[in-house]
Amino acid sequence: MALAFDEYGRPFIILKEQDQKTRLRGLEAQKANISAGKAVARILRTSLGPKGMDKMLQSPDGDVTITNDGATILEQMDVDNQIAKLMVELSRSQDYEIGDGTTGVVVMAGALLEQAEHLLERGIHPIRIAEGYEMASRMAVEHLDHIAQKFDFGPTNIEPLVQTCMTTLSSKIVNRCKRPLAEISVKAVLSVADLERKDVNLDLIKVEGKVGGKLEDTELIYGITVDKDMSHPQMPKQIQDAKIAILTCPFEPPKPKTKHKVDIDTVEKFQTLRQQEQKYFDDMVQKCKDVGATLVICQWGFDDEANHLLMHRNLPAVRWVGGVELELIAIATGGRIVPRFQELTPEKLGRAGLVREKSFGTTKDKMLYIEHCANSRAVTIFIRGGNKMMIEETKRSIHDALCVARNLIRNNSIVYGGGSAEISCSIAVEAAADKYPGVEQYAIRAFADALDSVPMALAENSGLQPIETLSAVKSQQIKENNPHFGIDCNDVGTNDMREQNVFETLIGKQQQILLATQVVKMILKIDDVISPSDY
Amino acid sequence: MAIEKILKDDATEEKGERARMASFVGAIAITDLIKTTLGPKGMDKILQSTGRGHGITVTNDGATILKSLHIDNPAAKVLIDISKVQDDEVGDGTTSVVVLAGELLREAEKLVAAKIHPMTIISGYRMAAECARSALLQRVVDNKENAEKFKSDLMKIAMTTLSSKILSQDKEHFAQLAVDAVMRLKGSTNLEAIQIIKKPGGSLKDSFLDEGFILDKKIGLGQPKRIENAKILVANTAMDTDKVKIYGARVRVDSMSKVAEIEGAEKEKMREKVQKIIAHGINCFVNRQLIYNFPEELFADAGILAIEHADFDGIERLALVTGGEIASTFDNPESVKLGHCKVIEEIMIGEDKLIHFSGVEMGQACTIVLRGASHHVLDEAERSLHDALCVLSQTVNDTRVLLGGGWPEMIMAKEVDELARKTPGKKSHAIEAFSRALVAIPTIIADNAGLDSADLVAQLRAAHHKEGCNAGIDVISGSVGDMAELGISESFKVKQAVLLSATEAAEMILRVDEIITCAPRQREDRM
Repeated sequence: MALAFDEYGRPFIILKEQDQKTRLRGLEAQKANISAGKAVARILRTSLGPKGMDKMLQSPDGDVTITNDGATILEQMDVDNQIAKLMVELSRSQDYEIGDGTTGVVVMAGALLEQAEHLLERGIHPIRIAEGYEMASRMAVEHLDHIAQKFDFGPTNIEPLVQTCMTTLSSKIVNRCKRPLAEISVKAVLSVADLERKDVNLDLIKVEGKVGGKLEDTELIYGITVDKDMSHPQMPKQIQDAKIAILTCPFEPPKPKTKHKVDIDTVEKFQTLRQQEQKYFDDMVQKCKDVGATLVICQWGFDDEANHLLMHRNLPAVRWVGGVELELIAIATGGRIVPRFQELTPEKLGRAGLVREKSFGTTKDKMLYIEHCANSRAVTIFIRGGNKMMIEETKRSIHDALCVARNLIRNNSIVYGGGSAEISCSIAVEAAADKYPGVEQYAIRAFADALDSVPMALAENSGLQPIETLSAVKSQQIKENNPHFGIDCNDVGTNDMREQNVFETLIGKQQQILLATQVVKMILKIDDVISPSDY
Repeated sequence: MAIEKILKDDATEEKGERARMASFVGAIAITDLIKTTLGPKGMDKILQSTGRGHGITVTNDGATILKSLHIDNPAAKVLIDISKVQDDEVGDGTTSVVVLAGELLREAEKLVAAKIHPMTIISGYRMAAECARSALLQRVVDNKENAEKFKSDLMKIAMTTLSSKILSQDKEHFAQLAVDAVMRLKGSTNLEAIQIIKKPGGSLKDSFLDEGFILDKKIGLGQPKRIENAKILVANTAMDTDKVKIYGARVRVDSMSKVAEIEGAEKEKMREKVQKIIAHGINCFVNRQLIYNFPEELFADAGILAIEHADFDGIERLALVTGGEIASTFDNPESVKLGHCKVIEEIMIGEDKLIHFSGVEMGQACTIVLRGASHHVLDEAERSLHDALCVLSQTVNDTRVLLGGGWPEMIMAKEVDELARKTPGKKSHAIEAFSRALVAIPTIIADNAGLDSADLVAQLRAAHHKEGCNAGIDVISGSVGDMAELGISESFKVKQAVLLSATEAAEMILRVDEIITCAPRQREDRM
């Protein structure tokens, strides 16, 4: 700890409880930060690409997660270091923004930090490095725009979309049946997409999973599933052309919010009260029946009496349906959520072509399918799989695929994957570097080297010779002036990513480069770390 | 410069070889633990719980054993999970799935040691699993059309499943029980309709299937003990004091006489309710909730049998059996469907009195009464029977059937071996390993039976060299026998689930190259 002394040799106290804090300054601080960032990147590096390995994470409660999704790994790791937390944030923001490429962005940031370390050792000022990186990233993004290609798809021609989703899924454990899953994702996205406005509301796609069965049994349901069953075991299990009343009020006597007391002091009062209560239940059910509902979905519970009355009047009902599901049902069936029985009108009922209950396996698991809805825009992807972890991982993979499909609908530019975009950027940045006078030139060149590390990691994970493969691809790109050559991870026999149909979205790639550069700049600018020391 | 610590204090991180080693060791340890229970001559395990009373379970059901273990190793947890899912989905094969996954990992460990990349192993395993499945598909027998044959298939499957359990002594008896029970379900998989009542005493042989329905309850005092041509109202309603449900209501009176009046009114209300119930023209009333003395007395006066406190499952089943509906209000007697049965009577099983409903309308539900020497025996018998029922009900839906006794494994192994020979590249090692893992299952079955596994499996392999061979291990005589003749069958659905889940689990564990364990959550010390 650096201390300042006055002329009598007494230390100045600058920080509160100074002696209990550790402080790193200057180059020391930067190096410590860089090594922490690198450590995080190193963990993720082996998960990159189609042949990337998984990580097994054990949560504080002993639950096991197996995944190779960068964002999930980092989220579940017990990270303590501040810089490492920044990297976690980085991957998370990529996840929110793009949904895919969460591993790549961290690997990229790690590579940038590694290059920065070399430059720092040569005495280049961190700010100059940061500026150089900034310039280089701008060049890379521009270059990506340059090499990007538009590709056409329509509601009838979904093949290109499916191909892109397959690229995303091929790095996950589900790659055994990536084709059907990719098709499911694309169909799901297209059915909720607003092609006019080029926007997709992913909230309309619900991803549900149930343990058991095979991955191949995963299906897309044009409608909604609810993990509930009919409130009375003897209600009909299948309803055609259902008119659904969606209620958020319980089938129970009213509970006014204001405090009140009903005093009973005579026998007559007791009796009237009793009659009123009975009438109350009767009224509630009658109201639902009057407006013509053939199915009641309620957020709350039913009294036994009400339950029987419903059953009696031949009005199937579902209780304890969660708020989110209720909203989805309302959207899908075009109904309105009704908070009071008095407000129930025929217009507010939702419509669905078919509501049915389906049971699974040997245990008494039942789910409710609401299909052929009036507004068929809400869809559900129903995942089956061998075990809980498998389903969780499939959910994450499908989420990624959905995001990719959405991004393509928003902006249909693509770049080719397999590291080809990075290599091409690296060549462009390298060439541009020489034109810059000044120290930044070195930083820009370092940036180009860092870009190489993504294809390098890809090659490494695929069991290829990293340096040999990379240099071969690079020279091929320059020689043939074709930015589509990448790493042949799956051992198909060609380097041309266009033939292999490996794409990534342009915005995803650009976002990766920009986000990684930003974080690295932030880390480089830190020159003083004050933290409470360990005790 | 020292590497910065990036994880929290107690969190640990294991990488590469060490991580893989940890998961292999964990998975193989679980497999070794459970593999002695495999097969007809498998041994049981005693499990002692740490809870109060140190309850003891004796079982050889894989899922039950694994559920009760406290495991810290993450890879082992994956295996436990697949066994649980197997239990939920098909009910049987819970041990086989873990053993197969463990054997696959054991083979994979050797391959990794021989410097083959896990990804290569995985793609080999995948090809092999696909090939094995199609090999099975080619050999399945489907007797859906022929009801007689199908029934004998079911019988064989039930016997095969039961032969590895405690019930093996009386397996024919129990297989018959299980088949009868499942046939009554008529294709539904809702095993809830089959009730299993356990009563200690007697021997396992005294267990029986009752076509009617048995409710483990007593008949109210002073009420008829036997009713013929019963009309039953099944209800779920409060029969204690019928509370006013309007919120905030309370009684405030200023004199004792008023209290008495209100009490009178309350009684009147109850009386009215009972009258309404009686007005349905019933002579038996079954309620899920308590029936207090007062209404019970009223029912007794009217000569109605009132049964209180039947649990929810009981009520549902009863409604299902008798064809009535569960009622909660009693204002319109004409539209409530009543249940019917020929005779209700009190019967004695062992020391206990039970209520027996016979001659019921709907034939779906039935009751199996298990008798046995002790609670442990009964519990295990119930689990075994449950397994058999699960398998049978699944088989009714998917009627494809295979032979048992290691036959399917040998068939798969042979096809997979074929494939290995045709496949170029490193993958072929993995495919070969897959076939070795498959052969491990008959080997373990033979080992558990105290037979010379090396010799038997070699004979089996030779026998399988011929096309269309039905050879499997005959554990009883300790030789290779014809499974079709011995009548040992298994359900295709179970075998397929075992194959696919085991491969999936093995793949999952193989893909891991790093284990990050978070610091365990701090708990208050309860000890």
